[in-house]
Amino acid sequence: MNDQLKRNHRSLASRLWLFAGGSFAFGFALVPLYDVLCDVTGYGNRSRLVEAAEVVEAPDENRSITVEFVSTAPTYGNWEFRPAVGSMQVQPGKLYEAHFEARNLRSQPIVAQAVPSITPFQATRYFQKTECFCFTPQAFAAEESRQFTVRFIVDPKLPANIDRVTLGYAMYDAKQGSG
Amino acid sequence: MLKISRYVAAAAAACLPTGAALAAWELNMPVGVTELSREIHGLHMLILGVCAVIAVVVFSVMIYSIVKFRRSKGAVPATWDHSTKVEVVWTVIPIAILVGMAIPAAETLIKIEDMRDSELTVKVTAYQWQWHYDYLDKGVSFFSRLARDSDDARRLNSGIDPRTVDNYLLEVDNRLVVPVDTKVRLLLTSNDVIHAWWVPQFGLKKDAYPGFVNEMWFRAEEPGVYRGQCAELCGYDHGFMPVVVEVKTKEEFEAWLQAQQQANGAAESEVAAVDSQTENAAVATVARAE
Amino acid sequence: MSTVDTHAGHSDTHHHDHHGPEKGWRRWLLATNHKDIGTMYLLFSLTMFFVGGLMALVIRAELFQPGLQLVNPQFFNSMTTMHALVMIFGAVMPAFVGLANWMIPLQIGAPDMALPRMNNFSFWILPFSFTLLLSTLFVEGGAPASGWTLYPPLSLQTGNAFPLSIFAIHLMGASSIMGAINVIVTIMNMRAPGMTLLKMPLFAWTWLITAYLLIAVMPVLAGAVTMLLTDHYFGTSFFSAAGGGDPVMYQHIFWFFGHPEVYIMILPAFGVISEIIPTFARKRLFGYDAMVYATASIAFLSFIVWAHHMFTVGMPLAGQMFFMLATMLIAVPTGVKVFNWTATIYKGSLSFEPPMLFALAFVFLFTIGGFSGLMLAIVPADFQYHDTYFVVAHFHYVLVPGAVFALMAGVYYWLPKWTGHMYNMTLAKWHFWLSAIFVNVLFFPQHFLGLAGMPRRIPDYNTQFADWNMISSIGAFGFGLSQLLFAVVIFQAIRGGAKATDKVWDSAAPHGLEWTLSSPPPYHSFEVAPEVK
Repeated sequence: MNDQLKRNHRSLASRLWLFAGGSFAFGFALVPLYDVLCDVTGYGNRSRLVEAAEVVEAPDENRSITVEFVSTAPTYGNWEFRPAVGSMQVQPGKLYEAHFEARNLRSQPIVAQAVPSITPFQATRYFQKTECFCFTPQAFAAEESRQFTVRFIVDPKLPANIDRVTLGYAMYDAKQGSG
Repeated sequence: MLKISRYVAAAAAACLPTGAALAAWELNMPVGVTELSREIHGLHMLILGVCAVIAVVVFSVMIYSIVKFRRSKGAVPATWDHSTKVEVVWTVIPIAILVGMAIPAAETLIKIEDMRDSELTVKVTAYQWQWHYDYLDKGVSFFSRLARDSDDARRLNSGIDPRTVDNYLLEVDNRLVVPVDTKVRLLLTSNDVIHAWWVPQFGLKKDAYPGFVNEMWFRAEEPGVYRGQCAELCGYDHGFMPVVVEVKTKEEFEAWLQAQQQANGAAESEVAAVDSQTENAAVATVARAE
Repeated sequence: MSTVDTHAGHSDTHHHDHHGPEKGWRRWLLATNHKDIGTMYLLFSLTMFFVGGLMALVIRAELFQPGLQLVNPQFFNSMTTMHALVMIFGAVMPAFVGLANWMIPLQIGAPDMALPRMNNFSFWILPFSFTLLLSTLFVEGGAPASGWTLYPPLSLQTGNAFPLSIFAIHLMGASSIMGAINVIVTIMNMRAPGMTLLKMPLFAWTWLITAYLLIAVMPVLAGAVTMLLTDHYFGTSFFSAAGGGDPVMYQHIFWFFGHPEVYIMILPAFGVISEIIPTFARKRLFGYDAMVYATASIAFLSFIVWAHHMFTVGMPLAGQMFFMLATMLIAVPTGVKVFNWTATIYKGSLSFEPPMLFALAFVFLFTIGGFSGLMLAIVPADFQYHDTYFVVAHFHYVLVPGAVFALMAGVYYWLPKWTGHMYNMTLAKWHFWLSAIFVNVLFFPQHFLGLAGMPRRIPDYNTQFADWNMISSIGAFGFGLSQLLFAVVIFQAIRGGAKATDKVWDSAAPHGLEWTLSSPPPYHSFEVAPEVK
């Protein structure tokens, strides 16, 4: 093996290592890419779910959509959490208000984070919230009960093959530092 | 190895009475009791048929070659090693076949994804290792877990022969009850890890994720009891969280629903003793009913 | 480049200076010779094949009849998880790296692998990594039990085994990447004069493409499991809905690795089969160029089909359509391969030595696995098949009578070249027939079980599934025990036997540079680069 060959080996090998490093970085890049892809494909962007939207009312009188509300509280026995009503009929383009009731069952204060989800996922970009308790972590005193309000508007551009949208919330204890 | 050999001996003795379960030699996918499951079964048979035809052609040529062109029979090898014409043909024909299969598959898929005009919504929350069903706006919700006799028999070395248990591992304490000929929409979510809700007779399964809500629908056309299982590995008792759906006539369903609502109202604490969440759901649904 | 100046003698600074192997343990621990390293890889993977096989037998023993008789569900889940990890990363992948080490330099006329020290390192990582992985069987909380895919949030419930198994996976990945880099550098820089890329044997070609796949996706797996680790220990929320993450995203990232990984295990198998069939058909491989292009297209397509592993997660319609069509497309180049092998034996002059038997069984049975793969691509039908024994049957058909049979074919093809001894043909043929029969008894009934509604990864089942499960288990024990013959044949051939000629398969006159060397080849072969016309 002569020196020239060794140099060739080394240069190709280092380029391949670079390639492998790039792949490793790509694995992490898939995290933001996933959001972009979800957005582009209409799958619904997770970050948009917890951002307030600025919308102007433009009601579509001829269409009626059912909006359902569901809730889960994945930590056993720590929460009472429920929508005030199970569902409502709405007109696209009109602002509505819904209420959820939450009670901290523990005898110590806790910061909670409600995580929203829209079903079907394709409806996410057409379901705008102007006000939601899910935008920020919520502090509860021991055994405190609170009523939350969410104001939303369904975009009239909601595809015609959707007649029912489900807004779900899961109530988690907020993680320290990663909220 | 010792354990295994001991087991093999025990098993040899145990396998003698299997004649009792003649129906067990099931070979194919069930046709099912929904429009979608029938279409899915049709697609399955179509593609199985296409594969079988291709297999017969390819395997025939192979077997013919293996029998005919043996060195021991003095076969002399040909010298050609390619033929552009043939290669183009066997690239193009499969593409045509694939397109032919993709079209009906796409049609069925569009039906599966069409959630419109549902008549009943049930929220299904998966737990390690049981299901919770909540009839939205109806004031009825309950947990559904492995039936007691199955649960006793499935313990390690329980000494109970599973063959003596009715619907071993496929029975629950509280079945999901739905009306016949009704488009039922399920909202699937999970309390902990990923699960999947599956009834083969309905043709579909869907994952349940913590923090997200998935949806699927079915319209059962025959009253009866349909059994399935959790289909996504969810931990220790993954094999022990069956899904059992009882399809009733519309009248029977209404009667059942009213009975449930009354029982919920009267003995709410009893129904929901297991965890506060059920209780909340019951309170909430009663409130909604008012 | 490897010019003819090497025949001037050895450069005195070079560590290949000595003519024979070192004595004792130093030869193996400090091995830099591609043949020694190849041997170690192959023996290591044989060991892992038996370890993983024992785990499979625990699974099949528990499933022999309904009811739990042997293990608790937790241990059962550990067995399915560990069986997969051991077989994929411990048996199949290292076996192909072993074959690459032995055969690529011999096939392209190179004196050794390009980076011998890294070669040594990439092998010796493996025993450490698998010691670590297997040791998790004894830690608090048991071995990982969330399936080899390690889907969160379930995988985050793993006990003390969690960081150990993640670290073990990192090590396996690092080893694979080093092996892949070595293969690429060797093939790109060290081909004998005249050996253009399109004159390379197909085994080298398929490995070249596989190596690129490995470098592209193994680091992605490393990234995914690293994120799991930080989610578990450092409070990140990549995959946790509570912190704004998404568990489905893990599945996307994992299968972005996982699907190419499937082809990493099967492409070199295609290469081995493409070497063996022409030899024993005594006819040139049909459509060499088409084979190379088909391999490359399969590799390319493998990057755009990953989500067909997760149709039930709730994807938008357009996504389901795209992944269905892309997946179906893979059938085209795969079909081309099967048709080309068939055309190669058509009008050949066939003889049926053990390598040819395994190769022919490969073509038949891999094709069956391909058909069930096509069925799984049809999204609506996949809603029934997904996560059932139908899937288990499918991937075992492509991996056992697929990848593993190809490995056995390769070993039986080249073993006399490696050892210089012919092996016991009768025993090898017994090994073939028993394996070929039992593998079907083992896996074919699993199609029926899946279609009838049996989910995968369950330790116990309804009595309606009892009969086929029992047959499958009988097949498993038959198949497992038959593999002992394989070990016997190999060790007999290592210890002695009739002298193999240079061409080994004289009546078949195999093509390729490896057959121009003596059997066994000299410790340092092709120090003078051969001329390829």
